[in-house]
Amino acid sequence: MSRWTAPLAALGRATLGALGATGRVTLFAGETLSHLVRPPFYFNEFWRACLNIGWLSLPVVGLTALFTGAALALQIYAGGARFSAEQVVPSITAIGMVRELGPVLGGLMVAARVASSIAAEIGTMKVTEQIDALTTLSTNAMKYLTVPRVLAATLCVPLLVGVGDIIGIMGGWAVGTTRLGFNSTTYLKNTWDFLQFWDVGSGLVKGAAFGFIVALMGCYHGMQSGRGAQGVGHATKSAVVAASVAILAANYLLTEAFFSA
Amino acid sequence: MIEISGLSKSFGAKQVLRGVDLVVPSGQSTVIIGGSGTGKSVLLKCILGLVQPDGGTIRLDGQDIRNGARDAFLARFGMLFQGAALFDSLPVWHNVAFRLLRGSLARPKAEARAIALDKLRRVGLDADVADLFPAELSGGMQKRVGLARAIAADPEIIFFDEPTTGLDPIMAGVINALIREIVSEMGATAITITHDMSSVRAIADRVAMIHAGKIRWEGPIADLDTTPDPYIQQFIHGRADGPIGTLR
Ligand SMILES: Nc1ncnc2c1ncn2[C@@H]1O[C@H](COP(=O)(O)OP(=O)(O)O)[C@@H](O)[C@H]1O
Ligand SMILES: [Mg+2]
Repeated sequence: MSRWTAPLAALGRATLGALGATGRVTLFAGETLSHLVRPPFYFNEFWRACLNIGWLSLPVVGLTALFTGAALALQIYAGGARFSAEQVVPSITAIGMVRELGPVLGGLMVAARVASSIAAEIGTMKVTEQIDALTTLSTNAMKYLTVPRVLAATLCVPLLVGVGDIIGIMGGWAVGTTRLGFNSTTYLKNTWDFLQFWDVGSGLVKGAAFGFIVALMGCYHGMQSGRGAQGVGHATKSAVVAASVAILAANYLLTEAFFSA
Repeated sequence: MIEISGLSKSFGAKQVLRGVDLVVPSGQSTVIIGGSGTGKSVLLKCILGLVQPDGGTIRLDGQDIRNGARDAFLARFGMLFQGAALFDSLPVWHNVAFRLLRGSLARPKAEARAIALDKLRRVGLDADVADLFPAELSGGMQKRVGLARAIAADPEIIFFDEPTTGLDPIMAGVINALIREIVSEMGATAITITHDMSSVRAIADRVAMIHAGKIRWEGPIADLDTTPDPYIQQFIHGRADGPIGTLR
């Protein structure tokens, strides 16, 4: 191979690798869904996953939303001031939060927190033969490990996004009223009057999709983990990277689907 | 009866099993010996379907295990893993009673716990450990919890992968006696992997030695000392010189 075609070959290999991985993840997702509708269903595992993915992610998602909403209000104020439109701060902050930044940043924070922990946990189970042990105890690992986590994330992340939306808007409100001279009641009334149902609803649907992606990537990469501590480390890293990229790509596609004219 | 014929398995370029033929009679204790890394654990995993063999057949009571009979097989089955493989998110007694708390063998929690405590007692662990987590136990204790989990649902077929490795001699004796008892009194079919010759003598009805990916020698325990096979003689006497290479 000449040194001119070598980069092309590498590019081709990478493309084929990515396509293959996408195919395998899709199959894995299909298998997860097929197990979702067939008993048995492990309720205890599901509740544990809800606690871990939903409840324990609240602080990090809440803080992210708070600071994002506050910064957004400042930016929109500065931008709006250029054409004397400072009064748009409440409405644009709200729409930016609930449509985009709430779901996307919430999803990314959950990816960092949850995809990594799921991948590390399941990867360690794989490496220490706990997954094999499940099989010998007549328990399907997909049903016992993957289904509860994926379902819990798909249901909990929209709730997290909803809470994040409220906290983010309150962050904007706090900055708006203390630093930018808005009247508190007017700020909230502007926000409330302006937001439409689908602004919020689309963000929640995005949250569900991102939750599904996060748990799926965590489980997939955990189950695919190589041997030893190095294998688990690699699986964890891959899960977070894959979940984050997939969230951003899915966000674009969903935004196209929901809002393109 | 488990009949294995022509079983082969490679990992990449490394051929681990090269045509294993072995018959494991029902209600007897078969011990597999062989150097470390010769594929003993891989052989058990192939039988269980945890590792996909490249070739060969495995029959259980005349039925090919791959043809859908696997779930039924696993329901009658228990396995002690070489590394215990306890679920570290669950307390010890949950581990032992895993099968009794869910699925077709599910029973009330109190009953499952009572059974778990009884099995723990049989492997020499008292009730104090029941509510600890696996990470709080020593390696030998984890191994014994793994053993208790393997026998919790009174399986008909049990595989023990190095049950006495990491145990003190007294506890090893207790575990050997327990395995013997499970086979003699409950009529279970057992395959045990071990390097420990005193275990072999305490547990085995039949012995099979694996070397270079094949069964090198197989026969009743009574023939073990009298066989002229140089591989067996080297192994049971632990000699450094002989046909089994020792790279140093
Ligand atoms: N999942 C795997 N991937 C690659 N190689 C493996 C795997 N499992 C086992 N091996 C290799 O197969 C050989 C036999 O392993 P094993 O059956 O665990 O040995 P032992 O006889 O000591 O139980 C070893 O050389 C090991 O490296
Ligand atoms: Mg082994």
